[in-house]
Amino acid sequence: MNTGAAASTREMDIGIGGLWVRLRTDSPTFVAEMAGRFAGFLGEVARPDHVFDIELTPFPDGEGEDDGVDAHADEVQVSRNGALWQVRRGDFFAEWDPRTRHGHARMVPSPYSLDSVIRILHTLILAEQGGMLMHASSVALDGRAWMFTGVSGAGKTTISRLCPPGAHILTDEMSFIRLEDGRYFAHGTPFSGELGRPGENLREPLAGVFLLAKGPDNRIDVLSPTEAVRALMANILYFARDDALTARVFDNAIALAARVPVRRLTFVPDTRVWDLIGNQP
Amino acid sequence: MSNPLYILREDNVAARRIGDELMIMSARDSALFSLNETAAILWAAADGATPLADIVARDICPVFEIDADSALHDAREVAEGLAKHGILRIATQPFAAGEGHDA
Repeated sequence: MNTGAAASTREMDIGIGGLWVRLRTDSPTFVAEMAGRFAGFLGEVARPDHVFDIELTPFPDGEGEDDGVDAHADEVQVSRNGALWQVRRGDFFAEWDPRTRHGHARMVPSPYSLDSVIRILHTLILAEQGGMLMHASSVALDGRAWMFTGVSGAGKTTISRLCPPGAHILTDEMSFIRLEDGRYFAHGTPFSGELGRPGENLREPLAGVFLLAKGPDNRIDVLSPTEAVRALMANILYFARDDALTARVFDNAIALAARVPVRRLTFVPDTRVWDLIGNQP
Repeated sequence: MSNPLYILREDNVAARRIGDELMIMSARDSALFSLNETAAILWAAADGATPLADIVARDICPVFEIDADSALHDAREVAEGLAKHGILRIATQPFAAGEGHDA
């Protein structure tokens, strides 16, 4: 891999979690804009894992749908048409064929639209591989990664901010978990939340998952197996109302909970909580 | 005497045993359910062909040492609850072969 500039001003290779997606579009302007958004996760690969052709379409002028892209509709619909996945939201329509690893998308020229397509694509790819995208922050410390999940406001960004010197924030918003040779790894992602900056592009073995709660003192409580699965399922990102995918995501959550400790972390928002985390076996 | 009832597992759910509990996830709305022991017995036996009363007599009464009428009353309530959540179907006739979920 060459981590320099993209091969063409009309294409861009994005590598997240070791999965390389090549985006091709007619708009150098859009590529340049996206390059900023995915800084730190760009490179050049000879054979990307997936290729996506992007067709940009103007924002609707408010007079109704523009040939299938209605930027006023917000709900994502993900469905399977034979082997083909179809993803539709107001601002984009995308299709992806996992057999050929090729897809195309029509979207308004918005970074948020592309960001969403990339995230949804990764949820589908990772589910098939035993991994997942999760609403969670993750931090690498001393060769181990810790993932922090919970409802909005539970403290995912806060606990990232509190991490000690020498720790690496992989993301404060969207954690990327892959199953590699029987072990789970947390990878950095460009998807940021309140922190407003992308994660560091590195990976570490996942040592634990914490369901966050704020409280009067720092403590860690064990979750039952079913509580652990519920905590994971509540925060795994997936959109398709598809029986097979649902079962796969469910199985992936069960497998993760069986191999990686999932606990509740109640914490006071100051740096001492990291002493507790760092002392975990 | 009321009509016999038949129960059948829905086909758009995933059921997995985790530890001592049976968890069920609906593909329809991604809802997760943990079934208690009675509900898990009913789920496992819900083949669409065996009357609920027979399931109760065979699988529940011996386990819980409860009389058949009380057990059937409770089982109907449990089955209706599962049906409300879309993870089980109830009918007064046996379901056709091939319908529903293979446990």
